[in-house]
Amino acid sequence: MIDKNSKVILDVKGLKTYFKTDAGIVKAVDGIDFTVHQGETLGIVGESGCGKSVTNLSVMRLIQSPPGKTVAGEVMFQETDLLKISEAEMRNVRGNKISMIFQDPMTSLNPFLKISTQMIETIRLHEKNVSKAEALSRSIEMLKKVGIPGAEKRIFCYPHQFSGGMRQRVMIAMALSCNANLLIADEPTTALDVTIQAQILELIQKVNVEMKTAVILITHDLGVVAGMCDNVCVMYAGKIVEKAPTDKIYKFPAHPYTEGLIQSVPRMDKSGEKGKLFSIEGQPPNVIDLPPCCAFHPRCHKAIEGLCSRCNPPTHMLDEDHEVTCWLYGTDQEKSAALKEADARQASKEASK
Amino acid sequence: MSESVKKPILEVKDLKVHFPIKSSGGLRKKDAVIRAVDGISFDVYPGETLGIVGESGCGKSTTVRAIAQLTKPTSGQVIFQGKDLCKVSKHELLMARQNIQMIFQDPYASLDPRMTVRSIIAEPLIIYNKRHLLPKELSPLEIETRVEDLMERVGLNKAFKNRYPHEFSGGQRQRIGIARALALNPEVILADEPVSALDVSIQAQILNLLRELQKELGLTFLFIAHDLAVIQYISDKVCVMYLGKIVETSESVELYSNPVHPYTKALLSAAPIPDPEVERKRRRIILTGDVPSPDKEHVGCYFYDRCPNKMDKCKNHIPPMFTVGPHHNCACWQLEEKFPLAESEK
Ligand SMILES: Nc1ncnc2c1ncn2[C@@H]1O[C@H](COP(=O)(O)OP(=O)(O)OP(=O)(O)O)[C@@H](O)[C@H]1O
Ligand SMILES: Nc1ncnc2c1ncn2[C@@H]1O[C@H](COP(=O)(O)OP(=O)(O)OP(=O)(O)O)[C@@H](O)[C@H]1O
Ligand SMILES: [Mg+2]
Ligand SMILES: [Mg+2]
Repeated sequence: MIDKNSKVILDVKGLKTYFKTDAGIVKAVDGIDFTVHQGETLGIVGESGCGKSVTNLSVMRLIQSPPGKTVAGEVMFQETDLLKISEAEMRNVRGNKISMIFQDPMTSLNPFLKISTQMIETIRLHEKNVSKAEALSRSIEMLKKVGIPGAEKRIFCYPHQFSGGMRQRVMIAMALSCNANLLIADEPTTALDVTIQAQILELIQKVNVEMKTAVILITHDLGVVAGMCDNVCVMYAGKIVEKAPTDKIYKFPAHPYTEGLIQSVPRMDKSGEKGKLFSIEGQPPNVIDLPPCCAFHPRCHKAIEGLCSRCNPPTHMLDEDHEVTCWLYGTDQEKSAALKEADARQASKEASK
Repeated sequence: MSESVKKPILEVKDLKVHFPIKSSGGLRKKDAVIRAVDGISFDVYPGETLGIVGESGCGKSTTVRAIAQLTKPTSGQVIFQGKDLCKVSKHELLMARQNIQMIFQDPYASLDPRMTVRSIIAEPLIIYNKRHLLPKELSPLEIETRVEDLMERVGLNKAFKNRYPHEFSGGQRQRIGIARALALNPEVILADEPVSALDVSIQAQILNLLRELQKELGLTFLFIAHDLAVIQYISDKVCVMYLGKIVETSESVELYSNPVHPYTKALLSAAPIPDPEVERKRRRIILTGDVPSPDKEHVGCYFYDRCPNKMDKCKNHIPPMFTVGPHHNCACWQLEEKFPLAESEK
């Protein structure tokens, strides 16, 4: 939960992360801004490949380079720009102040070490004066909380002795045990069953409320967002296309993509409506060599001819806290200026041929 | 048509699939088995969709694989067109498979990467044609036309028929899988999590396509998913599975409005609904513990360990199916008093 005077703890501005590939430059994250307040749960939603994971790996400076590089932007965390500090300082931030639950649990578990060893190490790394015995009992407590049966014994197992869902829960237990200020959870429950998912989400919510830990929750499940998040960013092809408090996003989606996403999921509580599902035709674009226009226009049922396919859409505030990037909300002035620019671009292209 | 006159197209009776467990020495431990499917029965009626829902490892895939005889059932019957597929000859099985086709979860893994889309879709036709099993022999040109028709039918551009699976997106690959499953004009489609790997917007496209095909071709679906909203949307009837057993089965509308098994209730309460206002008002039943390992033989209710309402009786007695309403059955001892078994069922 956030209240009106919560401080901003993370402020991301103009973040761009690109990958160099044989096929061209992949603009995985292409100029995004968002903020997270203390105690807030921010949801990031969007389809596969839209840049959710790359966004958060960029914040944590975990993008593999080469091929990837954060080429622009600022990541202000508690008044320091994480993109400017040394690697040693960054290591101190990771796990200590910001902890992360990865999409693939094996990326953060060491297959050769017992779970107990890994959990004790994590706790003692961040709280130097905790004894080994105390760290162990705290780890067992945490495993119980994430619903690992027989935690007292199973803590001495190796990761491969756990099922995928259990490994995911161990990782969540580790991330929650270090009392960070910000928790980034990348699809933390996607691989889990709904009953287990409910356990884990409840736990994340508890940490969020009790410790005032801010949470960035990445997911493609609109149901999870609805139940968990204060605010939502909707991403499409490396950009944030809409940003608003959760209630507004669901009640008054402004971007045609957001609207389509919400309408295309069948709803359990509306069983009467069994007609054809709304569906967004086509598929998400490849983020290589995207032309300077709205990336969603080929799939958009509200696209404005000659405009959305040629010009980058402007960003507008519909409300003090509701932001959308779409030509439907562009002013006449913006439209004519953008068209003029597009004409000039085309002319110079033709001239150079 | 009422069901008293309609006959089931597929009947599954007390189906069991047990996998032997090898102990670390490679020797088979006597009696140690994984009870992947442990005695389930249901009927599927023509033109209907039966949804099977349940958590990972409860035996959904094994059930459909056993129906298609891709996995040999340990015991039980799978009756299709009056014949028990577990007992028929190879030739009869081949004939039956023409009418029972599968669609798989993973559109990446289920298509041969070295085959073009044309050969993937045409393969079943060519095989059945060669063995003279089709109602009418097809010429190569007729096969080509059929492939093009199928591609168009599932929304693929036929100009792409010489491309390979990796050149298509996930949703398009699922369309290829659907076209292939339709090639032999089957009556029954066994769909094992056909939309689980797809993005929300693509999932809606595929669900719409499957419903359209069902209407047009009169197909019967057995549809597996772990997403309760998807199951509700697509199914006429639903079976809820837990640890190899069906715990509750009913018409879809009834199951979602009036679930009776504590597991069904927990599942429904745990599934998130994409509406913040609704979510705020919901009360979740949070189950504790994990699904127990399926290698254990149970003397009582399979859900005992995690059940919030367990009673003494549940520990040592396996609950039978109680009839709760028309077409609504549920295996839970709490129902015994209100819906006692008929003498003949005891
Ligand atoms: N190492 C890499 N090299 C090249 N391209 C990459 C690399 N990592 C990510 N990308 C590309 O960046 C884009 C964004 O990827 P990202 O993993 O952030 O997507 P996502 O939104 O997290 O998707 P998902 O829901 O599937 O996890 C994708 O197009 C992806 O192919
Ligand atoms: N060939 C096999 N040998 C041994 N055990 C198996 C085999 N196939 C499946 N199992 C086991 O049988 C049980 C049921 O598996 P099944 O794949 O049918 O579950 P499912 O409900 O489809 O799960 P999911 O939702 O994860 O796909 C599991 O415990 C699984 O590990
Ligand atoms: Mg990701
Ligand atoms: Mg399965």
